[in-house]
Amino acid sequence: MKAKKQRLILALLGLGAVVGAGLLAASGLKTEASFFFAPGDVAGIDLPLGKAVRLGGMVADKSIRHDADGVTIHFVVEDGKAKVPVVFKGIAPDLFKENSGVVAEGEFRADGSFVASNLLAKHDERYMPPELDGKMHKTGSLKS
Amino acid sequence: MIAELGLGLLWLAAGLAIIQSGLGMLGLWQTNRPELGNAVRPVAVAQALLIGISFACLIYLFIVSDMSVKLVVANSHSDKPMLYKVSGAWGNHEGSMLLWVAVLAIAGAGIALAERRVRRDTLIATLMAQGLLALGFYAFLLFSSNPFERLNPAPQDGQGLNPLLQDPGLAFHPPTLYFGYVGMSVAFSYAVGALITRDVGPAFARAMRPWVLGAWVMLTLGITAGSYWAYYELGWGGWWFWDPVENASLMPWLAATALLHSVTVLATRDALRAWTVMLAVVAFSMSIVGTFLVRSGILTSVHAFAVDPQRGSFILALMLIYIGGALALFALRVGTVREGAVFEPVSREAALVLNNLFLTVILGVVLIGTLYPIVAQGFGQQVSIGPPYFNPAAGSVALMLIVVMAAGPLMRWRSDSAPKVLRRLAIPLAIGIVSLLVVRLLAPDMGVLPWLGLSTALLAGTGSIAPLWKRNLLRTPLFTWGMVVAHLGVAVALAGMAVDSAFFKERLVAVSEGQTTEVGPFSVKLVSVEPIIGPNWTAIEATMEARRGDGQPTTLHPQARNYSTPPTDTSEAAITTHIDGQLYAVLGKQGQDGRWQLRLWWKPLVTFIWLGGFMIALGGLLALVGRVWRERRGMKSEEIAA
Repeated sequence: MKAKKQRLILALLGLGAVVGAGLLAASGLKTEASFFFAPGDVAGIDLPLGKAVRLGGMVADKSIRHDADGVTIHFVVEDGKAKVPVVFKGIAPDLFKENSGVVAEGEFRADGSFVASNLLAKHDERYMPPELDGKMHKTGSLKS
Repeated sequence: MIAELGLGLLWLAAGLAIIQSGLGMLGLWQTNRPELGNAVRPVAVAQALLIGISFACLIYLFIVSDMSVKLVVANSHSDKPMLYKVSGAWGNHEGSMLLWVAVLAIAGAGIALAERRVRRDTLIATLMAQGLLALGFYAFLLFSSNPFERLNPAPQDGQGLNPLLQDPGLAFHPPTLYFGYVGMSVAFSYAVGALITRDVGPAFARAMRPWVLGAWVMLTLGITAGSYWAYYELGWGGWWFWDPVENASLMPWLAATALLHSVTVLATRDALRAWTVMLAVVAFSMSIVGTFLVRSGILTSVHAFAVDPQRGSFILALMLIYIGGALALFALRVGTVREGAVFEPVSREAALVLNNLFLTVILGVVLIGTLYPIVAQGFGQQVSIGPPYFNPAAGSVALMLIVVMAAGPLMRWRSDSAPKVLRRLAIPLAIGIVSLLVVRLLAPDMGVLPWLGLSTALLAGTGSIAPLWKRNLLRTPLFTWGMVVAHLGVAVALAGMAVDSAFFKERLVAVSEGQTTEVGPFSVKLVSVEPIIGPNWTAIEATMEARRGDGQPTTLHPQARNYSTPPTDTSEAAITTHIDGQLYAVLGKQGQDGRWQLRLWWKPLVTFIWLGGFMIALGGLLALVGRVWRERRGMKSEEIAA
């Protein structure tokens, strides 16, 4: 009887751990999931301020501008529907260039601009981040 | 010719896997015909031999750069260094699957030849399960990922290996992880065998334990090496990114860690029977999920080779069949597993249960965080889950786990009293509490997780060497040393993580040649920037002089490399190691005014992270050697163990 009871307790504990993990994960996902936006998605909606999000699109033609400090760059991300100005401080990836795909990780500011903490550029000619691929096709700015 | 031989052997080995599982089933069913079961062992050995030679054929094709083979063309190049020609054989989807099944079959041969501890019928059932497992992967290879496919007409030369993977450490990273994954599947086969023959008990646990330990050591090494690779190769200065691919190796490790501890309880105390079998199922499932995540092409990374959706569905189907089958078998047979020995709520068994529960929670959190973006994508939502989710959720539970880790070995088996345990734990607890206060006073701006982490590391560090207190160190068994070293490794790694994330210094500047900048305790001078040529790349290389106070300068050479086949740019960070940390330099781009972008980090105690990882693996190795050695000498002293 004692052994049976112990087994029941162990089974309940195991179940509790699984449920606990689920609850912990759910509460974390609610606040910390970082959503992906294309410029067209954020036009005219309340910006998700103060939350880590990702912004993907094309770097607009002739929009890259370097600051005097040599490490801050400004550029514009567009998707054919809207444009978002982005500021990034750091070393841009080698394939970051105008008229090329980019995914910026960072936050929106209240004025509608975006502060990027990290940039992901197209790895090579064949590579396109899957989420960007989907978005670009949906918004119709990529002809392929 | 060699390619056809390899493919032929692959087919033959698949045929033997069918025979192996078929004979196993018949042998278990028709107990009056022992010759059926007896034949399973030689068949398992033959299967391993054939698939081993088949894999050797593939390596040969890569060594001679046979450009009529599609896989060689896609992943190799004749002017690539020899090491990467060889590692190119498994640095791709098809080759890595072939390696997977080859290692699985060789492990099966190992069981067939060396296993003498478990009952005969359990052994047959285990080998049968192994054959069935291998069969799925054979089908996958033969029907959707033939590594020996020819290309007609053969091109002049190959497309090269992804430059990010052209690194000596990386040549051995995939096989290490695969040995880990496959070791978990051997443990799983044992669990299936024992469930089928109703033989879940200490003998089965002792047979399974070396495989769990070995797999766990390999996973630990693989994760540690992978983390260091990401640190110096990606040039982002971080050592863990919660990338799905990293999580794919972390999840089996978490499950294996839980299994490793519960299998010890089952082997020595005959408790936690159904629990251990369940964990074996979970650990195997996580290995399969890991393989699936990495190999299905569902993730964007250097690991995702297969972009063919058919392959993804194939692996998904395999995964569902295996995991579903294992869970169904468990549900059907768990009723036949008798209850194990009873223990009190304060006892080492209870501490190990608590360890298992915490590990399960961390595993659940990581699993959900990893799969959520994939599921959300199915519903048309683009989400990414990163450190802000994983760090607090997994980190807080991990800290509790590490406190339990320090306390567990100081508790007696079966029954102990809480006041006595607290008395034994008094010094580590005092050190932990004092460091909480001291660290807060000295570094009031420190983040909560690093603060708790550093204090926990000090508590766990002293706690993990406490089991050696007042013991004759020469007569302490090797597996006890293993436990101490591994637990100390956890504390060392945690200290490294906490100190680095709290006190790292970063500097991002643009400087001209001859200019000096400061980072942490160093002043770094950019001496010159010049082009250089390597074996299959060209680069721009900076020469920097780092000086700490008035000390001797050390030289750093970060590069921005350009590979020709395939055309890719990579950034090679320069790292100098000091006794208290690493200086890390990345060369950026040249601006229009001629200045160079530099990114410098001073990372205090960062080396502790990988040192700790290697200590954990070394501890596992010591435990493995200690156990095997003791069993070889036929000593029946499991009961006084640890």
